[in-house]
Amino acid sequence: MSNEVLLGAYVFMLAIWVGNEVISKVPTTLHTPLMSGANAIHGIIIVGALLVATALPGPLGTVLGFLAVVLGTINVVGGFVVTDRMLQMFKARPRPAKPAEKK
Amino acid sequence: MEQLRELVPWVYFIAAITFIFGLKGLSGPTTAQMGNRVAAAGMLAAVIATFLEQQVAAAWILVLPAIAIGTVIGFAGARRVPMTAMPQMVAIFNGAGGGAAALVSMLEYLRATSAGSASVGEVIAILLGLMIGAVSFSGSVVAFGKLQGLIDAKAFKYAGQQLVTGGLFAGMLVFALALIADAAGIISAPTGLALGLVGLLALAFGVALVMPIGGADMPVVISLLNAYTGLAVAMAGFSIGNQMLIVAGTLVGASGTILTRLMSKAMNRSLTNVLFGAFGAATATTAGAKTDDGRTFREVSAEDAAILLGYAQSVIIVPGYGLAVAQAQHNVRELADLLEARGIEVRYAIHPVAGRMPGHMNVLLAEANVPYEKLFDMEQINEDFQRADVALVIGANDVTNPAARKDTTSPIYGMPILNVDQAQNIIVIKRSMKPGFAGIDNELYLDPKTGMLFGDAKEAVGRVVAELKKAA
Repeated sequence: MSNEVLLGAYVFMLAIWVGNEVISKVPTTLHTPLMSGANAIHGIIIVGALLVATALPGPLGTVLGFLAVVLGTINVVGGFVVTDRMLQMFKARPRPAKPAEKK
Repeated sequence: MEQLRELVPWVYFIAAITFIFGLKGLSGPTTAQMGNRVAAAGMLAAVIATFLEQQVAAAWILVLPAIAIGTVIGFAGARRVPMTAMPQMVAIFNGAGGGAAALVSMLEYLRATSAGSASVGEVIAILLGLMIGAVSFSGSVVAFGKLQGLIDAKAFKYAGQQLVTGGLFAGMLVFALALIADAAGIISAPTGLALGLVGLLALAFGVALVMPIGGADMPVVISLLNAYTGLAVAMAGFSIGNQMLIVAGTLVGASGTILTRLMSKAMNRSLTNVLFGAFGAATATTAGAKTDDGRTFREVSAEDAAILLGYAQSVIIVPGYGLAVAQAQHNVRELADLLEARGIEVRYAIHPVAGRMPGHMNVLLAEANVPYEKLFDMEQINEDFQRADVALVIGANDVTNPAARKDTTSPIYGMPILNVDQAQNIIVIKRSMKPGFAGIDNELYLDPKTGMLFGDAKEAVGRVVAELKKAA
């Protein structure tokens, strides 16, 4: 097994740990936006799609590459925009007009 | 140019950091929007940096139109979808990501084999990326269809189902193993054909996996498929040797798994039960028996409901999916305002899986400007139902079913429910006596304390509001 795959395995392991740590305490209210936000983040596949879009010469490769970039872009753009829209609703709510009150 | 290109991996590195901070931000109410935007900025930087790579820049005529098309579709979809249809929108975006990961894996395989440089480790990563990505794609499309009403939302079952599903899975593995053996030089397989078959069988397996799952469990499925796509992206990262993809994909895989577990826990079902349990089938037997024991439901008019509410001291509103589909959140807000103007205490009891996903109901009520302090979690408010004069159930069903507490034979036995049946009076707004998503009858409706107000949630609440205004 090459060193690069091994390095990837280390990164993989650490990212699992980080993913667990970062997420474990989330109020229920935010579960839906969080799922949507995480959904946008895996849209990073668009970079992979760009990098291999022209890896294979010929019509088959071109079609596959084109489709991969389209799908990846839908994931990224749709994911971030819909998450932002959801979160906008939490923010748009006027704050209780009692600044003096202690929490 | 050459020096600029050396910066690309560092931009990727920074993007990976923004994803971690983005997720962290998304898990807190005050930081959520910032978190999402930080991650989006990281993503944009990574995409721009990728254009510094020679092969990408040279292919602009192919990739720029693709990006343009994807942007238009993604943006239009995300802006125009009503908030109630959000779960299926997330499903379809997730499916797009899974499809992209599958295609990237395919391309990388074809590239590596034609260059004659595919190592066994790489081929394994490629095949995992292809299979998981394709399952996520077709599974998400089915989930979308079920929630959108394009496919019957009921659990789809037929004889020999497990055999077919198992057969698809086994077939997929056989061809994948053949490709791995080919890469190891043990056998010489027709790789193009085998690769196509792995992809097709994975797509079919994704369909077979999600079809037997009922609409009520779809959010758990979407969350799980979201984690799958993350994993598929991480595998694609392995196969093209890109650490940023591994970090981002794995983060989502790990967090998606936790979220999925939280959701199934809220429904008191194990994940295996959601995926392979015969929810819809088991309920058919209990459904008929219960309504025929002589008790009947009591129908009330909007006027009765208005009087009951208008002279209460404490009202707890229990919103459910019916409220969401009817877009009744604004009318409910109006009703609550009227009651509060009469000095009545109004609170909302939010079941963890109210709406379609955890937190979905909170989003909908926030859209209608319902103050955050009026929303109570199940644990916070369950004790208070016995002191409430009226519990107003709007389009919620299974989460109020006392059978979950008492009836050990009920398929939802053990699921935590709202103690609506303990309130002094109960008004249920519902379109008909038809059972909810779990497909079982709710004996709450037969309770003598319960009055049924039939109608679409929005229209029925509107009628109650009109009656209240008349009385005032």
